[in-house]
Amino acid sequence: MTNCPECDEPVAAEDRFCEGCGRNLLVRTTPVGGPDGTAAALCSCGSAEIDEDGFCEQCGRAQPVGRDRMEFVLPTVAGISDRGRRRARNEDSMAFGHVHGRGVAAIVCDGVASSERADEASQAAVDAANTVLVDALVEGTDPERATVLAVAAANRAAGALARAEAPDVAPSCTYVSAMRTDDGAVVGWVGDSRAYWLADVGNATPSRRLTKDDTWAAQLVADGVLTEAEAVNDRRSHVLSRWLGGDSGQVSPHVVTLRPEETGLVLLCSDGLWNYLPEVEDLDAARTRGTTPVELARELTEHALAAGGHDNITVVVIEVGVGRGR
Amino acid sequence: MAAEFAVEVFQNEYLTDGAREVDAIVTVAASGIPAGGVAAEDVAQVLVVDCSGSMRYPPTKLAAAKHATTTAIDALRDGVSFAVVEGTESARMIYPTHRGLAVASPRTKIEAKRVVRDLVADGGTAMGRWLALADQVLARHQGPLKHAILLTDGQNQHETPAQLSRTLASIGGRFTCDCRGVGTDWQVGELRKIAEAMLGTVDIVADPLGLAEDFRAMTATAMGKAVGGVSLRLWTPEGASVRFLKQVSPTVLDLTGRRAEAGPRTGDYPTGAWGEESRDYHLCVRVRPAGVGDRMLAGRVSLVAPGGGVLGQGRVLAVWTADEELSTRINREVAHYTGQAELAEVIQDGLEARKAGDVETATAKLGRAVALAASSGNTGTAELLAKVVEVDDPVTGTVRLRPQVADADEMTLDTRSTVTKRVGKGG
Repeated sequence: MTNCPECDEPVAAEDRFCEGCGRNLLVRTTPVGGPDGTAAALCSCGSAEIDEDGFCEQCGRAQPVGRDRMEFVLPTVAGISDRGRRRARNEDSMAFGHVHGRGVAAIVCDGVASSERADEASQAAVDAANTVLVDALVEGTDPERATVLAVAAANRAAGALARAEAPDVAPSCTYVSAMRTDDGAVVGWVGDSRAYWLADVGNATPSRRLTKDDTWAAQLVADGVLTEAEAVNDRRSHVLSRWLGGDSGQVSPHVVTLRPEETGLVLLCSDGLWNYLPEVEDLDAARTRGTTPVELARELTEHALAAGGHDNITVVVIEVGVGRGR
Repeated sequence: MAAEFAVEVFQNEYLTDGAREVDAIVTVAASGIPAGGVAAEDVAQVLVVDCSGSMRYPPTKLAAAKHATTTAIDALRDGVSFAVVEGTESARMIYPTHRGLAVASPRTKIEAKRVVRDLVADGGTAMGRWLALADQVLARHQGPLKHAILLTDGQNQHETPAQLSRTLASIGGRFTCDCRGVGTDWQVGELRKIAEAMLGTVDIVADPLGLAEDFRAMTATAMGKAVGGVSLRLWTPEGASVRFLKQVSPTVLDLTGRRAEAGPRTGDYPTGAWGEESRDYHLCVRVRPAGVGDRMLAGRVSLVAPGGGVLGQGRVLAVWTADEELSTRINREVAHYTGQAELAEVIQDGLEARKAGDVETATAKLGRAVALAASSGNTGTAELLAKVVEVDDPVTGTVRLRPQVADADEMTLDTRSTVTKRVGKGG
């Protein structure tokens, strides 16, 4: 016997819906608006004394609040979104959902720094997309089609924040999502947030990057104008060629379907992580095997923070099995 | 207690990456004090009158001192505890005759005034001993407000500077003492040292005839205080150090060295007694730098009553940013008071150089003072400076030392060098 996460009514293991509030007990998601900031029990300096305004009584540091550090854990999926060490606020967002017996949906969006209210844009986008993807899992509809619909919903949500008088700075963001079903995983993206496949063993389906950045530099590499090495150092390497938001027009995502022959992880992240670990080999080298999704998300976030934390860092880790039962 | 302390912090909390120094002006305003101050039985006042031989010349000096003292006695509210101490090379109770306090009433005031009128000037000067006796007498007072007025016309010849320093170290903060120098034979540095240690004021009364009004005003101010023994409590984070904490308005008073540890990362600085008034403090803390986007509490300033009750509180913040437009802004209040503190310093340095015959340094320092006084609108100080230097251009601070300067003018400038102009206010 457990309790309904919504209304705390006792529910039996076999119940599909809560008798009290009608909530679908098989679906669990991140809260709309984003997970609450993790109120850590201890300050990073080790002190447990935090004053009423959130300052540490020992080192004086303001404790992370709200969007500064979000952490959320569901079965087989977990994520962390961190302000980093150089940006005044966290403009990344993440949302994910777990549908019992059906799979997992997850989205990471990275607010475009040159747009206004980029944090609102990314949050509105992940929440809108999560609703579409979770509904698709519940209903069992085609994940590739759901991915396209989710991007459209996210684009509308971010676009709705634009002010008519300020179209040049319309709130905008990147987008990457993953849907894990029994058959594998479907990844969709717009912009330069990335998805990687990290194989547990890696002989049959080796680790690889699943996305190609929508940046001018990546475009020039693809066209043979720049080499990979030149592109990394090019000032345009982060200039997006596609994004979501009021000034993006109609956007359809790139979609990739992965059908692994063995177990592994799908990792979604913003450039706050991959700037420090760009190649899949870097990620494979940096990670500890056999950890839970949240442990791995923490480990990689710490890696980016220790390397300078120049941008917001968001990492979502999804366990991908083979066959049913997750 | 009805008194309320409002604490307001003025600062630019934005620091550039790696910066570690945080400046803030903390304004403390006490209000809600009942008209006429607290109950008379809470107040004790000791009048210390210099009766050294020099007080006889000119004869108007002692007469004026007696008149001032009787005026102060008249100004005491009935019920206030008081005493009069005669200062020579030793110290003697003259009213009451035992080492204690009398309670002001029409009868005791008449008695005290009679004794004061009979005072004779004959003897030396040992101010530390006068203050030690005042301390003993005030120690018997149970109320929270203890005040003394010290009047002298000469130099502290009958004890060494070290003896005076020892006395001040042992009694500093136990009561407030306002010091007045009459004539021009006393030393500004000496009285300033006492006034700073005792958290009181120092001023020159060049003309003895002005004494009575000054005494009446000091007594009235002392009886307008509502809370005594207030401390400024400063918490700073681990790894931080307090570069300085200065009162910067109404006068410059460096409190940095007056810290008494009051707990982990916390120190208390004495501020004395408060009436309906407002004071400004300049706090400079050095902290461990954090990353861009990080916020830190760089200091928490509390006003604390003697019993430990917090009367008011303010926060000094640090936020690291990559935005240079934010981090390079200089807070108006901080800039103003940094200038006012420098003004006091260059006046004192300039007058010292002038006395030592170093014309070049004196001209440079006093010229800088003229420029600072002009740019900050401190007209009071500018007027005093103009009596010591000929001002060619107040903007650039181009000045010439005046060949003939009255001692009183020089001493007035020195004594009042610490008087600052309030930021953003007239006068």
